[in-house]
Amino acid sequence: MISQTHALGIVAVIAAVSFGLRFLPYLLLGRHTTPKYITYLGGVLPYAIMGMLLVYCLRTTTLTVYPHGAPEAIAIALTALLQIWKRISLLSIVCGTVCYMVLVQVVF
Amino acid sequence: MSKELFKTVILKTLPILTGYIVLGIGFGILLEKAGYHVGWAVLMALSIYSGTMQYVGVDLLTSGASLITTAVVTLMVNARYMFYGVATIDRFKTAGMRKYYMIFGLTDETYALLCSSTPPKSVSRHTFDFLITLFDQLYWVIGCILGVLIGAAMTIDSTGVEFVMTALFVTIFVDQWRESREHLPAVIGVVISVVCLILFGADRFLIPTMIFITLLLTLIRPILRRRHGEPSVETMKEEGTEESVHLESTSERKEERT
Repeated sequence: MISQTHALGIVAVIAAVSFGLRFLPYLLLGRHTTPKYITYLGGVLPYAIMGMLLVYCLRTTTLTVYPHGAPEAIAIALTALLQIWKRISLLSIVCGTVCYMVLVQVVF
Repeated sequence: MSKELFKTVILKTLPILTGYIVLGIGFGILLEKAGYHVGWAVLMALSIYSGTMQYVGVDLLTSGASLITTAVVTLMVNARYMFYGVATIDRFKTAGMRKYYMIFGLTDETYALLCSSTPPKSVSRHTFDFLITLFDQLYWVIGCILGVLIGAAMTIDSTGVEFVMTALFVTIFVDQWRESREHLPAVIGVVISVVCLILFGADRFLIPTMIFITLLLTLIRPILRRRHGEPSVETMKEEGTEESVHLESTSERKEERT
């Protein structure tokens, strides 16, 4: 485990940057408008970043050794299908997680 | 606070109550598994108050990420918050000191709720917005605390519970895919990440990925502009989705700015 100071630093940086982003428009607007390029990036980034976070979650999954990422693939497919079909995020998340836990503990 | 107002706020925030309690519990269990006690959950829920970044934060804590990496990741993951700020400027600017807390509390869910709800006649808009923001964070804090307690008391094998984070991102990804007419940014995000993961390895791929994503999104800007006009969150959204509901002041501000 990392040192308490390091951990506090990480929490402080996340908190400061998150609030900074929420507060930035209040600092900038009023004096001048947000640059078009920043508006554009803010519009498209969320879509790309969510793709990145998905890959980030799966970064330690190895496809070359047994079970070749099968539990992940099955649980993701179930979560996605439920979300497409029922559109209830909590249902999809809970079912996907329970499915994954059963797969890694009992099946594979 | 009158009993009636209390009831209205609870009713309005009911969907967020269930959502935040469950997601908060997921976060708390992960944090407890990573070796942090309930004080850390409270600290993070009070100071960060961003679901996605708290989940990612557990990973950053576990891997001992540098403060620079932490700052860059937060910047990219939460870039969308800028828009909630822009969209609420006119609505919040007369709220006095409460304004700072209301800006701090602009999560995805709270923003969406504020956009779509009107206060009862007896209370001012600002009081109503403030109470909604406060109650939402309260639910989140309670959920995070419960999670750590449940995690510590859990006697069943919790192997695999970390998948809750993957599942959360899958649902957001699916929702984003459905609400957007333009899938290129989402595809770029996945493809660049996979390529960088192969090239740089699991411990080092995040920063190069974010650099290449930003570069590529900059390069395709003319293409997207040709397809959709000046692309923004609004123009790329399918019409008639919930997310296209905006604060009354947003449209005025946009006209004023363009």
